[in-house]
Amino acid sequence: MRWKSPSPLPGFGLTLGYTIAYLSLIVLIPLAGLALRASGAGWDGFLSAALAPRVIDAFKVSFGCALIAALINLVFGLLVAWVLVRYDFPGRKLADAFVDLPFALPTAVAGIALASLYAPQGWFGALLAPLGVQVAFGPLGIIVALTFIGLPFVVRTVEPVLQDFEREQEEVAAMLGATRASVFFRVILPSILPALLTGFALAFARAVGEYGSVIFIAGNLPGVSEIAPLLIVIKLEQYDYVGATSIAVMMLLASFVLLLAINLLQRWTRSYDVR
Amino acid sequence: MSADVFDAAARPLPLSAVDESRWTRRLLIAVALAFMGLFLLAPLLVVFIEAFSRGAGFFFDAIVEPDALAAIQLTLLAAAISVPLNLFFGVCAAWCIARFEFKGKGLLITLIDLPFSISPVVSGLIYVLMFGLHGWFGPWLRDNDIQIIFALPGIVLATIFVTFPFVARELIPLMQEQGGEEEEAAVVLGASALQIFWRVTLPKIKWGLLYGVLLCNARAMGEFGAVSVVSGHIRGETNTMPLHVEILYNEYNMTAAFSVAALLALLALVTLAAKSALEWRFSAELAALKKH
Repeated sequence: MRWKSPSPLPGFGLTLGYTIAYLSLIVLIPLAGLALRASGAGWDGFLSAALAPRVIDAFKVSFGCALIAALINLVFGLLVAWVLVRYDFPGRKLADAFVDLPFALPTAVAGIALASLYAPQGWFGALLAPLGVQVAFGPLGIIVALTFIGLPFVVRTVEPVLQDFEREQEEVAAMLGATRASVFFRVILPSILPALLTGFALAFARAVGEYGSVIFIAGNLPGVSEIAPLLIVIKLEQYDYVGATSIAVMMLLASFVLLLAINLLQRWTRSYDVR
Repeated sequence: MSADVFDAAARPLPLSAVDESRWTRRLLIAVALAFMGLFLLAPLLVVFIEAFSRGAGFFFDAIVEPDALAAIQLTLLAAAISVPLNLFFGVCAAWCIARFEFKGKGLLITLIDLPFSISPVVSGLIYVLMFGLHGWFGPWLRDNDIQIIFALPGIVLATIFVTFPFVARELIPLMQEQGGEEEEAAVVLGASALQIFWRVTLPKIKWGLLYGVLLCNARAMGEFGAVSVVSGHIRGETNTMPLHVEILYNEYNMTAAFSVAALLALLALVTLAAKSALEWRFSAELAALKKH
């Protein structure tokens, strides 16, 4: 069996060759260099650097805050997508366009903006201070920043599926005597679930590696609000290459696992599409 | 929509089961908009309000100050190099992936998307490990007096990495959806490869291409984490705009930091506006983009 089906079109060898060469130079070889570097430290060196208490704490903060933020986005992202697809209200198109702001706004800008909003003397910080809640310079601040970053992932994955959903199914369920709540939970939710989970996983994956928007608001206290990407930067500044590389390899492994999960979820979403 | 499914003779459905009541609707809209206001609008507003808190004069001074100007120049230069390179790559990748069937295509697409799922800090780190003083090529580069890390080439490399998939991932689904029949017809009629591209393919994909370039450019100019690792933060020399924002902020020079940030926020708003305009104007042509 041949590895390529015949086609009359020109340029296959040239474009594929360039694609693979460019991909290798920019992405694959540097990533392989990282893996090689980590293996150069030896298994013991890698483990003692990757499992140091401060590193474990940083991973707990990164993954924990990313998980909470992705859960917040799961609920509110679905709500925003629902409102934008199903309801008509003045400014709907504007709101729809605005959802992509976190994609377009540089993370450092988002970071200083959120930090100044939630700082004790900021707009929101001043309101929350009398209640004894401090958001900025702690884990809550990280969650706020990661929620900001992740929102469009959920909205943009759920929106098209919700748009394509056939309203007739709801009508049939209603004719059969279902209440609105059971129509939502037993008819609508199951068919948008794969997309919803994909959006959740995308938001989570992005949040785990996020750096720019977090460091300004986090306070960066080791063990409390120090995220894993920041620890890589700190190790690098101390010329601790083994430390930085070990954390980076762990993060890379986490990205690969998440990427695999997202691919499987997307395949599941598409299987609904075809049906 | 329901009118053609249920004819007039059928009993009307109880509205409560196919739609929310007016008050539920209003409540849901209010909660969704409040969430967006809190998490999206407020951060954007605070950037502009802080930037102009000491008047327009201060804002302009902060932007035309030499270090800020150098940062703006560097940001523009890095984007001007990396965006065209990724554009060319995106077109090549989309051509071979969308127009031909071959084994390993799925893997290739996954690998192209890879940079999106890697933390920006790790993206910067891999180049430090390659070209830094203690990196694989570090000693050789030092002996030959070539500087990549803490200089423009490193910044460009990191920018290329983080914006790597943008154009390709917009073009691949679009070109797959369009199919290659028209290009095949052009081949039969005797067109050359370049003629096919310029006169058949490009007109079909130009809006999708522009869409990808917009997103690629916004990220290229705004990238912080990856560039921060390779830049070395030399004021006036290797500081891009986002890094300049950070330095000013850490010096408690808030108004100046927000002034430069406001410029970047303006870029984000222009990008959003152009992107939405493309989506509304060419919604049919770009339908494939929304689905992936």
